[in-house]
Parts: sequence; C-alpha cells; structure tokens
Amino acid sequence: MFDWLPQNVWFSVGLKVFFALMMIGAVMTMAGYSVLAERKVSAWMQGRVGPNRTALPFIDYIPIIGPFLRKLGIFQPLADGLKFLFKEEIVPGHVNKFYYYLAPLVALVPALTTMTVLPFGQMYWPDGTTSILALADLEVGILFVFAVSSLGVYGIALAGWSSNNKYSFLGGIRSSAQMISYELAMGLSLLPVFLWVAVPGAQESGLSISGIANSQEGAAWLFLVQPVSALVFLIALFAETNRLPFDMPESETDLVGGFHTEYGSFKFGIFFVAEYAHIVIGSAIFTLLFLGGWHFLPFMNDPWPANWIGTLLGVGWFLAKTVFLIFFFIWIRWTLPRFRYDQVMHLGWTKLLPLALANLIVYVIIVTLIDQSNSTPF
Amino acid sequence: MAKTVVLERKPLSLSERTYLPQIVTGLKTTFSNMFKPKVTLQYPEEKPVIPNNYRGVPTLVKDPNGREKCVSCQLCEFVCPPKAIRITPGSVPDDQEDREHVEKAPQEFEINMLRCIYCGYCQEVCPEEAIFLQDQYSSSGYSREEMVNNKQKLYELGGTLPDHHYKWDKKKEAEELGNAH
Ligand code: SF4
Ligand code: SF4
Repeated sequence: MFDWLPQNVWFSVGLKVFFALMMIGAVMTMAGYSVLAERKVSAWMQGRVGPNRTALPFIDYIPIIGPFLRKLGIFQPLADGLKFLFKEEIVPGHVNKFYYYLAPLVALVPALTTMTVLPFGQMYWPDGTTSILALADLEVGILFVFAVSSLGVYGIALAGWSSNNKYSFLGGIRSSAQMISYELAMGLSLLPVFLWVAVPGAQESGLSISGIANSQEGAAWLFLVQPVSALVFLIALFAETNRLPFDMPESETDLVGGFHTEYGSFKFGIFFVAEYAHIVIGSAIFTLLFLGGWHFLPFMNDPWPANWIGTLLGVGWFLAKTVFLIFFFIWIRWTLPRFRYDQVMHLGWTKLLPLALANLIVYVIIVTLIDQSNSTPF
Repeated sequence: MAKTVVLERKPLSLSERTYLPQIVTGLKTTFSNMFKPKVTLQYPEEKPVIPNNYRGVPTLVKDPNGREKCVSCQLCEFVCPPKAIRITPGSVPDDQEDREHVEKAPQEFEINMLRCIYCGYCQEVCPEEAIFLQDQYSSSGYSREEMVNNKQKLYELGGTLPDHHYKWDKKKEAEELGNAH
C-alpha cells in the first residue's frame, strides 16, 4: 500500500501504530459525542433543551460561536469524562474483586478490537489504483467482527456475576441469553448477502467487508436488494448493542441499573463508552453492508473525482451515513418502550430466526436461478 | 343515559402484527417533536411567573402607612403545625405617634424555614392580615441559623401590601369619638 515510502520494518510498524492511535481517537471521540447526541436528541424529542451549560474559558468569549457551542453542549463530554475520572472510587465489599475489575475491560476491548477491520474509505492513488482505508482489510473481516464483538457479552456477564447482586446477576444472565438468541439470526441474515455478492463461479466469495461495500458501487444498495436481511440484521444489531427496545441487561426500571448497578466512577464510564463504541461500530458495519459504505447513492457512480479529494469526500460520506444511523439508534430508543424479557426471547427465537432462515432459502433459490441463467446479479 | 357502545375488536391485520407501521408512526411523532418549541425554563436566568395566591415563604407585611400590622397575638404561633414560628411579644414604643392605639407588637418574630411546611395556616389565622405567604420560593443558606428568618428579614421580604381596613386609623377615630371599641 505504501510502496512510495521507505521500506523499513520499523517505519511501517510505526505508521501502523500511528494509524491505530488515530482510529482509536476517532472512534472514542465518536462514542463520547454519541453520548452527547443521545442526551441532546432525547431532550429535543421530549421538549427540553438538553445540556447547554458547559463552557471552556476562552472559547466561550468568542462572540456568536462561543455561546452557540455552549448551547449545543459541545464541551459536555469533556466535563462528563473528567467527572468519571475524578469521582471517588467505591468498590462494594461484597464483590469478587478480580472479576469486578476485569469486567469493564472485557467489555471495552472487543468493542475497540472490531474497529481494526473496519474499512472507512477508499484511497485513490495518483497512479489510478485504489486501496481500502482500514487498519487491516481482512478477507474474513465480517467473521472477525462477529467473533470478537460477541465477546463483549462476557464483560456484561462477568460484571453481573462478580457484583454479587441479584439485580446485576439478572442483568448478566439476560444479556447472555439475548446475545445467544440474536447472534443466530444476525449471522443467518448475512448469509444471503454473501451469496448475492459472491461473483458466480468465483473461487473466493466476498467475506471481506470492503468487498461488500465496493460491490454496491453504482449498483443497488444491499438493503434494497435484501430488505429482509437488512431488517433482521438491524433488529439483531439493536439487540447486540443492548439498545432499547432490547436493553434487557440494563432495564433501569426493573433491574435498577442491571449489570452495572454496583459500578461507579471510571469503571462505569468504561462500560458506558464500550456501549457507545458498540453502537458506533455497529452503525458503521450496517452502513458498509447495506447502505453502500462510502459510495454515493444507489445506482449512481460516485460523483467525486478519483484523487485525494474523492478520498476525503468518500470518507466524509461514509461518516455521514454512520452518524445518521447513530441518530437512528437514538431515535428508536426514545420512541419505543422496552420489550418484556420473555417477549424478547419470543421475538428472537420464533420470529427473527425463522424469518432469517426463510430469507436465506429464498435467496439461495433466487441466486441459483440467476446463476443457472448465466447472468450476473446486478 | 348515555348508551354504552361496545366496539368490536377486529383481529390485527398482518401489517399490524409486524408492528413495523406502528413503529414508523411512532418515529414520525418523536421526530416532529424535535422541532416543537421547548418548554424548558433556563432557571437562574429566567424566572418562572408566579401565579397569584402562590404560597411561598411566609413574610410579615406593613400597611401602606409603614406601620407594622402584627400585634403579636401569637395565633400563628399556636396554629403553625410544625412549630416553625417563635414570637417574643413586646409593646409598641411610646414615641410612635401613628401607632397609638396599637396594643402590642412583636419584639422578635422568627420563622424557621427549615421547619415551615408552607401550609399557609398562619396567613389564614392571622386576625390582622399581617402575615402573608408571598411569591418567594427560593430560600437557601449555609447554616441552620441563616435559615431562621428574624423580624427584620421578615419585614424586608414582606414589604407593604395594600390594606382594606386601616384598622388603627379606625380605632383612633373611634376613640376620639369616645368609643374605645
Ligand atoms: S402575624 Fe398575625 S397571627 Fe401572628 S402574631 Fe402577628 S397578628 Fe397574630
Ligand atoms: S406556612 Fe404553615 S408551617 Fe409555615 S410558618 Fe405558616 S403556619 Fe407555620
């Protein structure tokens, strides 16, 4: 990828580390600001104004811009983060210390690991070639994402168990049960996508996320071709990220705070960030799989030039879609009430799973027919 | 008599059973809510409009001639359910011409705002219309002592309210006409 750079192991390692840090920075910032977005959007939907007091010295004195930023609550995540950092650290006496400390990390690490394989754009080189912008553009990217992101549930289950608190314990159990039920539907809903994208007769099929994203260039976005898959995947994504209407592990009203009832200060902050990092990454993946990734609009070629401007615009467009999806997550949260636990299980096992299976079978037939008639799908 | 109409409940249609159209309707509602005017009051900068008859902090008032109306009858002290009022009765100084005919006046009048429950009984019971729960709703202090409003503070908070009776003027008149009561 970087042929024009000095070929030196240390240099390329250093470059990777630099990119990794940038990626962490970007995802963490987005996670922090989705917390703000959540507070602001929920406030607007409820006729309130939301956080609008935090101000940085200096910036607040800039006319117009300063007060405007303050009204938007732009600095609120800073204040929140500092608050979590400096709060008194209380460890209840009845917890299992080792696992209690371990749990937030186990929750955060998978959320941050999945972003290594997350492509976020396409680089147009001056010599006309393109390459995918990602820390590691794995051939089996989507499998990696599934494998790693499901590990996040261990953090929740561990937290619930080590807290030695019935509410937390219930939260942990619910979370694992929910994860198992929806993981199946999620995986099944994606199989038709891979079938569709794989070029007929090709030896390798498109398991790489960037491959799927690029297959939607100038063609139909996959949510148009596979609406049922997209729907099932989206619902399962809500369940996987523990968002309302599926926030069983937390369910403030019946479980106090669910798995994080016994957590305070920075440990709670880590859970919080992990949750939002999951949302950010989940939105990004949905964008890549079903909403055309960094490509402009369905059935249209990218209008931007194939140079560095195009690269930036592509990344920006991808980010815009992701941000919209994050907004959608928030929007749903403040619209729908929570399902009852048994309803969640019912929906997962008796509705989504059969639906995903039927969808798979239908698309197997369709794809076979298309292959037989020797024409290529879109 | 209103006739009871029993509506027949139709079985849900397929689209209703998926809940998806309902979810879309809900999403529309919440989205349109985002652009409605906000009801939040930016409190310390914007103050709420206090309606008449609001029961705020109890205060002592003076009549439009600047005379204190309380005669320290101590009825409010007796009626106050949480015993928030403490009155030390005293007499009216002799040198105050315009307050002749007033029998008594409080020497000290304390309302403990940590005890007061804003019930308004003191205002209701006061025969002299001297104590009113007015529009102050925020009282704060750094110590318990600060939260006890003394007489001076009570008059500061209360100010002057219009008076319909001018009882002392009437009494003075009556006495001048040879009728003490
Ligand atoms: S405020 Fe009214 S009720 Fe209380 S002592 Fe004074 S005159 Fe009596
Ligand atoms: S408002 Fe009620 S509680 Fe407060 S001082 Fe008057 S009588 Fe007592």
